[in-house]
Amino acid sequence: MNIYVLLKKTFDTEEKIVVSNGQIEEDAAEFIINPYDEYAVEEAIKQRDEHGGEVTVVTVGDEDSEKQLRTALAMGADKAVLINTEDDLEEGDQFTTAKILEAFFEEKEVDLILAGNVAIDEASGQVGPRLASSLDIPYVTTITKLEIDGETVKIEKDVEGDMEIIETSLPLLVTCQQGLNEPRYPSLPGIMKAKKKPLEELEIDDLDIDEDDVEPKTKTIDIFLPPEKEAGRVLEGELEAQVKELVSLLRTEAKVL
Amino acid sequence: MSKKLLVIGESRDNSLRNVTFEAIAAARKIAADGEIVGVLFGAEDLATQANEMIYYGADRVITVQHDNLKNYTSDGYGQATMAVVEEESPDVIVMGHTAIGKDVTPKVASKLNTGLISDVTTIDFDGDTAVFTRPIYSGKAFEKKVITDGIVFVTVRPNNIPALERDESRTGDVQAKEVEIKDLRTIIKEVVRKTSEGVDMSEASVVVAGGRAVKSEEGFKPLYELAELLGGAVGASRGACDAGYCDYSLQIGQTGKVVTPDLYIAVGISGAIQHLAGMSNSKVIVAINKDPEANIFNVADYGIVGDMFEVVPMLIEEIKKIKA
Repeated sequence: MNIYVLLKKTFDTEEKIVVSNGQIEEDAAEFIINPYDEYAVEEAIKQRDEHGGEVTVVTVGDEDSEKQLRTALAMGADKAVLINTEDDLEEGDQFTTAKILEAFFEEKEVDLILAGNVAIDEASGQVGPRLASSLDIPYVTTITKLEIDGETVKIEKDVEGDMEIIETSLPLLVTCQQGLNEPRYPSLPGIMKAKKKPLEELEIDDLDIDEDDVEPKTKTIDIFLPPEKEAGRVLEGELEAQVKELVSLLRTEAKVL
Repeated sequence: MSKKLLVIGESRDNSLRNVTFEAIAAARKIAADGEIVGVLFGAEDLATQANEMIYYGADRVITVQHDNLKNYTSDGYGQATMAVVEEESPDVIVMGHTAIGKDVTPKVASKLNTGLISDVTTIDFDGDTAVFTRPIYSGKAFEKKVITDGIVFVTVRPNNIPALERDESRTGDVQAKEVEIKDLRTIIKEVVRKTSEGVDMSEASVVVAGGRAVKSEEGFKPLYELAELLGGAVGASRGACDAGYCDYSLQIGQTGKVVTPDLYIAVGISGAIQHLAGMSNSKVIVAINKDPEANIFNVADYGIVGDMFEVVPMLIEEIKKIKA
């Protein structure tokens, strides 16, 4: 099977966000593989081990994304592709990323593409379904179980807490939700091997597209932090009196009961 | 010329979800004098729901009824949406940012070659241009976005843009449109209900969430009782999910759901930064925790330092009294 994973680097979930001049400060931040993409990498490796084939991780990003791609290789992916847009594109949105990936996949034989449900930074969840749509293959989002038997695919999908059991077929794109698997940590031998695994770097020129083809359809005009939440009141006294006071405050002051 | 705005509605258990009415309000905000066209898909008669959309502000409604629209599938809803969009050529499309909204809108945006701003919480204006605010980094920050080219296409987060007042005197045309829905490539074999009837966490006005200190699946029972009493939903921290006390679908936080209810009750949750990202924009936060140093108290409006197994039953009794 030809298995591909769409991977993005994101801020470590521990990071506090610092904004200056309407931009997020990235300089001091630690980056990780987007946690939902980790489920995708893990699932890709498991499916390959079961059915044979090859796992390729693909990132549209900058030079620094190589680190996260190497981590995915260390987990067990076979090959990596970095589509580096750093020098060519000043800005992009989900339209841009999906268009670039569409061009990348145009000539490829694909059985399965896995992506995260969302990236925890932008969290739009658009790129996977957009790509599937332009490649004209079916997609299922927020999956929690994936069973492939020949061309037939059985999926469990999380729908706002309920579960759908879905039948579909390859080629297919899925986006991964927590509960799907437990992503492995890269082993030391894995890390050593990853250094020698192929990591291809492409620019948009190599995909026969130019800047105008992928010009974003949306623009971010400002980024700001939510107002600092002030610590409220910790109630005092006998527990029972506190509970009474709480209910009364929720009724009269906060007006939510 | 006045604008034409499509609002794609969504129902659950045969009644429209509140986010549909919020999406109508969002459309009205985008173009005060525009024509709002509601759109509904389903396998059964949709006339009652269509009228509901009109009471809540739609000017007319198009319904597409087809056996293949019984369950949501991206192919089925995609075909139905495209048929309506091609006929109506809207300037604006609004939908709720729900499981269905998240799934189908990128497909439609891809087919139309347009931008899409997902998960909008506020709409304002820069001159004539609608500016959409949406959370990023799970609510640790916000960005303001505009559409620079093509249709204005947005999904709105439930519970953020208030619906317009229901007005039963409003009338409008309801048109049943025939669309051929075929070649579904994904088939829903079964829907397994795991949530309580009707209350979805992202739309709930009250969320009662438990952390590791709830200690067991059994320990979540009083939380369910409290949530039910308040007409709310139950959520959990990652710690509680990892420990196996509840399903991952209940997880709130940076990996997990982001919720903004009117009232968030955090029970035995310490308040890791990843959890706060998923709930700190709730309107009123109550924290119940044994540890007075717990980080959750830094974002809580009201805090009680105490054992949840004592506090929660007391709270249930007290609320029962005022509800009586």
